[in-house]
Amino acid sequence: MHLYNLTLQKPTAINQAVHGSFAGTRQQEICVGRGKVLELLRPDPNTGKVHTLVSHEVFGIIRSLLAFRLTGGTKDYIVVGSDAGRIVVLEYNPTKNCFERVHQETFGKTGCRRVIPGQYLAVDPKGRAILIGASEKQKLVYIMNRDAAANLTISSPLEAHKGYSICFSVVGIDVGFENPTFACLEVDYEDVDNDPTGEAMKKVQQTLTFYELDLGLNHVVRKYAEPLDEMGNNLISVPGGQDGPSGVIVCCENYLIYKNLGDQPDIRCPIPRRRNDLDDPERGMLIVCSATHKTKSMFFFLVQSEQGDIFKITLETDEDIVTEMKIKYFDTVPPANAMCILKTGFLFIASEFGNHYLYQIARLGDDDDEPEFSSRMPLEEGETFFFAPRPLQNLSLVDELESLAPVLASHVGDLANEDAPQIYAACGRGPRSSVKVLRHGLEVTEMAVSELPGNPNAVWTVRRSVDDEYDAHIVVSFVNATLVLSIGETVEEVTDSGFLGTTPTLACSLIGDDALLQIYPDGIRHIRSDRRVNEWKAPGKRSIVKCAINQRQVAIALSGGEIVYFELDATGQLNEYTERKELSSEVVCMGLSEVPQGELRARFLAVGLADRTVRIISLDPQDCLAPLSMQALPADSESLAIVEMGGDETTGSALFLNIGLQNGVLLRTVLDHLTGDLSDTRTRYLGTRPVKLFKVKMQGKNALLATSSRAWLLYFYQNRFHLTPLSYDTLEYAAGFASEQCPEGVVAIAANTLRILALEKLGAVFNQMTHPLTRTPRRMIVHQQSGNVILIETDHNAYTDETKQQRRQQMAEEMVELAGEDEQELAAEMAAQFLQENLSEKEFNAPRAAYGMWASVVRLMNPVNGNKLQDFPLPQNEAAFCVAIVTFANQPDAQFVLVGAANRLKLRPRQCSGGYVYTFLLSTQGDHMDLIHK
Amino acid sequence: MAERFHVLSQLEHLQSKYVGTGHSDMNRWDWVTNHHRDSYASYIGHPDVLSLMAVCENESRTRIKFNFLQRMISPCGPPPEKNPLDD
Repeated sequence: MHLYNLTLQKPTAINQAVHGSFAGTRQQEICVGRGKVLELLRPDPNTGKVHTLVSHEVFGIIRSLLAFRLTGGTKDYIVVGSDAGRIVVLEYNPTKNCFERVHQETFGKTGCRRVIPGQYLAVDPKGRAILIGASEKQKLVYIMNRDAAANLTISSPLEAHKGYSICFSVVGIDVGFENPTFACLEVDYEDVDNDPTGEAMKKVQQTLTFYELDLGLNHVVRKYAEPLDEMGNNLISVPGGQDGPSGVIVCCENYLIYKNLGDQPDIRCPIPRRRNDLDDPERGMLIVCSATHKTKSMFFFLVQSEQGDIFKITLETDEDIVTEMKIKYFDTVPPANAMCILKTGFLFIASEFGNHYLYQIARLGDDDDEPEFSSRMPLEEGETFFFAPRPLQNLSLVDELESLAPVLASHVGDLANEDAPQIYAACGRGPRSSVKVLRHGLEVTEMAVSELPGNPNAVWTVRRSVDDEYDAHIVVSFVNATLVLSIGETVEEVTDSGFLGTTPTLACSLIGDDALLQIYPDGIRHIRSDRRVNEWKAPGKRSIVKCAINQRQVAIALSGGEIVYFELDATGQLNEYTERKELSSEVVCMGLSEVPQGELRARFLAVGLADRTVRIISLDPQDCLAPLSMQALPADSESLAIVEMGGDETTGSALFLNIGLQNGVLLRTVLDHLTGDLSDTRTRYLGTRPVKLFKVKMQGKNALLATSSRAWLLYFYQNRFHLTPLSYDTLEYAAGFASEQCPEGVVAIAANTLRILALEKLGAVFNQMTHPLTRTPRRMIVHQQSGNVILIETDHNAYTDETKQQRRQQMAEEMVELAGEDEQELAAEMAAQFLQENLSEKEFNAPRAAYGMWASVVRLMNPVNGNKLQDFPLPQNEAAFCVAIVTFANQPDAQFVLVGAANRLKLRPRQCSGGYVYTFLLSTQGDHMDLIHK
Repeated sequence: MAERFHVLSQLEHLQSKYVGTGHSDMNRWDWVTNHHRDSYASYIGHPDVLSLMAVCENESRTRIKFNFLQRMISPCGPPPEKNPLDD
């Protein structure tokens, strides 16, 4: 027995993000680490949409990522610190579209260990040395260089271990071309461990330690250590050498401190807090992430606080000595794990929880009215700067990357009564939570729908010449007529295209360079570019039943199982082959592959016969119409398509024979180029109706659209075949469509309408629908009869709405009280204004209460359309943790919802002052809950 | 190579190389402190575990990581008094 798992959706959370020119072009890409998947993203500079270039599963945990470039190099390399006990340097190869491993150096055991490096990565800004560090003790420095052949070389590791010291953060300092130096925030606990009185613990201080790599002597020296007054959590390296003063900014709780070696005095600046914040005033503020932007003339930093507020920091220098640090409120976005500022002016936010965003930096916040705070401004003890958060002004949202992280509860079921079950995922944290409904299928954008007279049975698109980029006509065939529409500004009927409109059409397409071909039951019509028409009539009482066309060849089947073959010669004349092939049974379907590049004809004709077989017939001039191979089928065939798919320039693609059967099954067989042998059949059940196959183009490559009770798309994306259903109505016939507005679309008929569709998000297995919630969901249960869902949402460190109102009242009153006699009126006005304003929690983060305060809501909602049927908020400090639908023995008809809540729960050590069970009576339709008792 | 080292010095070498390696006479405080420190390092090292803790406490991941690193300094309080009879 084998255990087999299939990843339906790769991890969507982003833990690390670095930017750089990994492809060696001027465009920058973003390399993201999603836990165990390493991806390369590129934002399209014109549309701003983020595309995934390559996604690679590393089967390990990516703990840190770094991008670096050797001085004078053209491309950036990626360094990965993982749990593998190795340092890996990767290079992105744009032609093969994959990561290539340049170096892999083993230094320790696997696992996320305390002393084995992998947690922290730092690089010298000139790209000469990389430091990989652990949470405690070990730090290894590797020297990077170039050899004679311009390949990247890595040295043996140099140790910079310091026992008994915990590392908080490491960064490489820009020292120009002097010896590479790294700054590290460390705490030494040796004294603490040896002191039984506990005094040492109270006095322990964090140090900012500088390690210098002496390139001449080839070892690392602990150059200088300075104790800090407060604990810092983050370090930001300041550009140095020619571009700036060098040094480092230490992000401590509530403060930012600029430090440098030498004569530089410390420059301190407090982190501004929100004015009139409902937050617990005891809380400190940490800097969560930072991004540096450096140009030839200036540099600045963007730092983000825990609440999501981004501040812009600039340093004023006076001949290499920094004199002032200025900080200014920039905008507020969701708190992020990483921020990347790209050269094209985009800001990528890899959110901690929830969707990731790409913003355009519209303004740099230089000339607005926002107050700028400076380290020089005098502040009293305990005072800090205040600013007022506002909606986005300097950033504008360009793209959003969906993320399901963190999924807290989920339910798989068909609550919407569609034929396939959906996944309901309760995900998110705090005010950005939501219930996401995932449906298996590609998202389809409907570009146009138009009614047609009568019910059509087929549709094709035709170009006027082989060099045309866009299609010229849509040809729709009805039971007794053919309609030709022109594609342009509007879709209009044309009568002078050369096609015969009084008969149904079996197939039509462009043949040769600029001639059109129409096959109808009585014959073939060949329309040359100079409007001359050659007709071939079907012999006697026989009619053409099926046909297959490609750029130069035509094969038709007459009733009675006879195949006639035509080929286009050099003059553009369609010549019939001298022999005709008689087959033992009626022909049900036919397929020709495309003419390969540089050749005159396609070699294989596939014919499906009524005796449940598919035969491959050769069209080679030596053995024309000779049978090559045969495949027996489990059911009658409905349609055939020979498509060349898969692979890239190096490995070459393979020819696949796709057979759609009448029982709704799709068979895919490999067709050998040389011998025509059929092998390796794969089967997939698509739906209840017979499967029809249509060749379309997706992302410039061949793809297959298969219609059954649902339409499916078979395409090759990211080195893998994907067969995904379309989240759309049933289609009857389809063809590829290219126009200016829609370069890679599909035109299809459904009942009596003509639809033009575009499929944009290839590679996304699920399409999502989001219904927002207000707090972190914990559990979700489904009421089977109605399909409604009961959710409990609980947040630690939070205020209930009632408490928030109370606090606001309180703060407003305080404002009025504190104001002096003559300012009473002004203060009253401000207080009234303050009570009015309501910052959207989704954007600005909910106010964080003190430790041990909880807010909870029980919600009844319809997950399909997102209607919130009922909310029941619990009082402050009661936290709901579990929910169940029960029926009691003495009231067998009534359904009750029981919610268990803890009162005043403290997480560490875990204790609470009691618990409650809330009982609700659920109405029979499941849309209403009444509280019975608590 | 193994014959050159005594078992005790081999153990000391391991202990200096891999912090937290114990021995049969290890006292309770040592063991528990190393246990806690290793746990915190593991929580920080595994990004999903850190996210889980951040969601439970409704804090940012940076704050949780900062708290854990601070608690690694002295996770179980001061060590017990050294009895002069030991060693």
